[in-house]
Amino acid sequence: MSVHRDDAASKMGMWIFLFTELLLFGGLFLVYSIYRFMNAEAFAHAGSELDVFIGTVNTIVLITSSLTVALSISAIQKNKKKLALGLLWMTIVFALVFLVNKYFEWSHKIEHGLFPGMEHYMSLPPGEKLFFYLYYFMTGLHGLHVVVGSILLLFVIARIRQGRITHDNFVFHENGGLYWHLVDLIWIYLFPLFYLIH
Amino acid sequence: MTTHISFYEDSGGRKGIFRWIGSTDHKRIGLLYFYSIAFFFLVAATLGVLMRLELISPGKTIMDAQRYNSFFTLHGVIMIFLFIIPGIPAVFGNFSLPLLLGAKDVAFPRLNLFSWYLYLTGAILALLTLVVGNGPPDTGWTFYAPYSVKTGTNVTMAVLAAFVLGFSSILTGLNFLTTIHRMRAPGMTWFKMPLFAWALYATSWIQVLATPVVGITLLMIVAERALGIGLFDPSLGGDPVLYQHLFWIYSHPAVYIMVLPGMGVISEILPVFSRRRIYGYKAIAFSSLAIAFIGYFVWGHHMFTSGMSEIARLIFSLLTFLVAVPSGIKVFNWLATIYKGSIDLKPPMLFSLGFIFLFVIGGLTGLVLGALATDVHVHDTYFVVAHFHFVMFGGTGFAFMAALHYWFPKIYGRMYNIKRATVSFWVIISGFMLLYFPMFILGMMGMPRRYYDYLPEYQPLHVVSTVGSWILITGLIMMIVNLVNGARRGEKAGRNPWNGLTLDWQTDTPPTTENFEEIPHVTEGPYEYKE
Amino acid sequence: MMNHEKNHIVPFSLHLWVWVGLLVLTLLTVSSVLVDLKNFVVFAALLIATLKASIVAIYFMHLKFDKKILSMMLGLVMLVFIAFIVLTFVDYSFR
Repeated sequence: MSVHRDDAASKMGMWIFLFTELLLFGGLFLVYSIYRFMNAEAFAHAGSELDVFIGTVNTIVLITSSLTVALSISAIQKNKKKLALGLLWMTIVFALVFLVNKYFEWSHKIEHGLFPGMEHYMSLPPGEKLFFYLYYFMTGLHGLHVVVGSILLLFVIARIRQGRITHDNFVFHENGGLYWHLVDLIWIYLFPLFYLIH
Repeated sequence: MTTHISFYEDSGGRKGIFRWIGSTDHKRIGLLYFYSIAFFFLVAATLGVLMRLELISPGKTIMDAQRYNSFFTLHGVIMIFLFIIPGIPAVFGNFSLPLLLGAKDVAFPRLNLFSWYLYLTGAILALLTLVVGNGPPDTGWTFYAPYSVKTGTNVTMAVLAAFVLGFSSILTGLNFLTTIHRMRAPGMTWFKMPLFAWALYATSWIQVLATPVVGITLLMIVAERALGIGLFDPSLGGDPVLYQHLFWIYSHPAVYIMVLPGMGVISEILPVFSRRRIYGYKAIAFSSLAIAFIGYFVWGHHMFTSGMSEIARLIFSLLTFLVAVPSGIKVFNWLATIYKGSIDLKPPMLFSLGFIFLFVIGGLTGLVLGALATDVHVHDTYFVVAHFHFVMFGGTGFAFMAALHYWFPKIYGRMYNIKRATVSFWVIISGFMLLYFPMFILGMMGMPRRYYDYLPEYQPLHVVSTVGSWILITGLIMMIVNLVNGARRGEKAGRNPWNGLTLDWQTDTPPTTENFEEIPHVTEGPYEYKE
Repeated sequence: MMNHEKNHIVPFSLHLWVWVGLLVLTLLTVSSVLVDLKNFVVFAALLIATLKASIVAIYFMHLKFDKKILSMMLGLVMLVFIAFIVLTFVDYSFR
């Protein structure tokens, strides 16, 4: 018995899942906003430790990765399989660039003992401790989502190659793109709140 | 080709236990949930009975204080996360929603099965806290910082269990929202949809938006226990009240996850057993949405004595009174439905009337708690314990039993003994009143909640309450035995033993795998009983 | 039968313009730290971020061309979230 495909239902399901992700990060944004309110100076001081240049580069990288994934969907709709695949691979490269940047950012700080539990960190005043805790928690959780999103896009690539995603059956591709845009969206808020706080 | 084999007989090509645990049929999944949920309900009920035994006299009776603390913690965790929150949606929502909508299944059947696996995983983790490491958590189900961060007991595992269970809840909500939006039968506009579907719709929005907040909060507790940063520790810059905000931002809406489906069940049953159209269909539908929406914004009423600002207390109290209004509207509409109706006091109707009576008591006492001046006296006393047992057990619990007695013939194809069900109902409600009503008085007298020991002046009412627990558990056992016998040996039931008008009663009993031979085309509302 | 809806294809050029807009807004937000906005720093940052997020949602995420119900749902979600923040601040601002 054939089951009618309902693409609108698939898309709606994905959007609802994105809402849950928004609220998940939302809890952290709530904590951030309250503690920033209570520790404004400490947050500003701690924030100056972050590298605006790397943060800006990463922002541009993610925004561009959103572009490439959006273009890939238009491409598949126009039946330009090779182009779509190329754009998706570019998206994944951008994701890796982002993660590599993150790795350098984090390891630089960790080398200086600036991680929850380490010596330099524990000597910070309370407000600054809270700042860095939230920094690692939120960018870490975000980074995890970058990894998950990349894996999801790898599945999209696989399905295009298998012919399971085509110009008239691409909701899985769209949903992968939606998840990716969410990752971009969260960073759009993380960036100014952590990097541009002085 | 149409076959009339029931969904039980259709193995879907699977063998042995995989006919059940590998099936994506919403009816089988509903039953998987039912049996697991029933099991955990009995575990938690047993904990409750033992707690009441301990409390029959002051001082140590059958257990020490540490054990008592872990008992009330687990009783709460299991009842809330493993029984009441999944309860009606996971069992009856899964089984009946597609039938009520004229659909073959939910929108995402595989996700549905995955939700059940998540439920089971969370449940096993919760049970493991009993036996591993430093013993079951002793923080109360609310896991307040700082104690939840400092205590050596298995808080991390319990909290991770709750996290996994939260995911199960989220996926169920996601599934139902999409199902209701996209899979109603042709002709079934939003306002021709049964009210149980409206209730599940409102509930699903809460599941989807509120649960992630507690998810991240519990992860923060895990991180705190591991790193000790001081996120909620004032000496390190944090604020324990912030934990309470985060926790109750979910846990208050959670109580509407618990009660809204129950209200939906009542809205289904009353018309059938009064042979009347429901009074105020749109008011009931919209009030479900209103309760869900306003319910997001009242959480501070759990924190009136925690140190919040005065203006916050005032605003939360005002919003709390506001959220009572749509509930009141429902009660009036239900009463108007049955007034001068042709009442048939079958067990579903008895449990539904019991719901209305007990929920009204619970709801009104909620206003006592929602008013700032009176809350100061009864916060964290037995008054609160009585209030929430009246709304959660007298409310949702009774609605669950009503739903069970209502959809039983459709699910099992057999009927239980009506007389025995009726007797069980009366024993249950009598036991319930004896068990919980004295707690209002105890609370006003000053008996604190979660206390293992108490002054002698409280003992008489504690004794009454404990005796009530014995009567209640007897009634529950009678009900269970009756239902099990009915499922095994009861008289075969026809398609529509209650003469209901909704689509679930227009299918085979038990339904075939695909529910409907042909997707029905709907032309009228679900409660058009001829006067 | 359920997939007869307009298969709208977003032109490449539209996506590129959106991208340009996002880059401009990013540079705007970075340079805003050079201006001493004092208490408006957070507000300005969030305003620009919200503008960026909106155009990602409307164009990249296709909301402009999808069924209205999705945009309505997103609106509801943002409303609830903002209310959470506002109500919590009502506690902390007036302690």
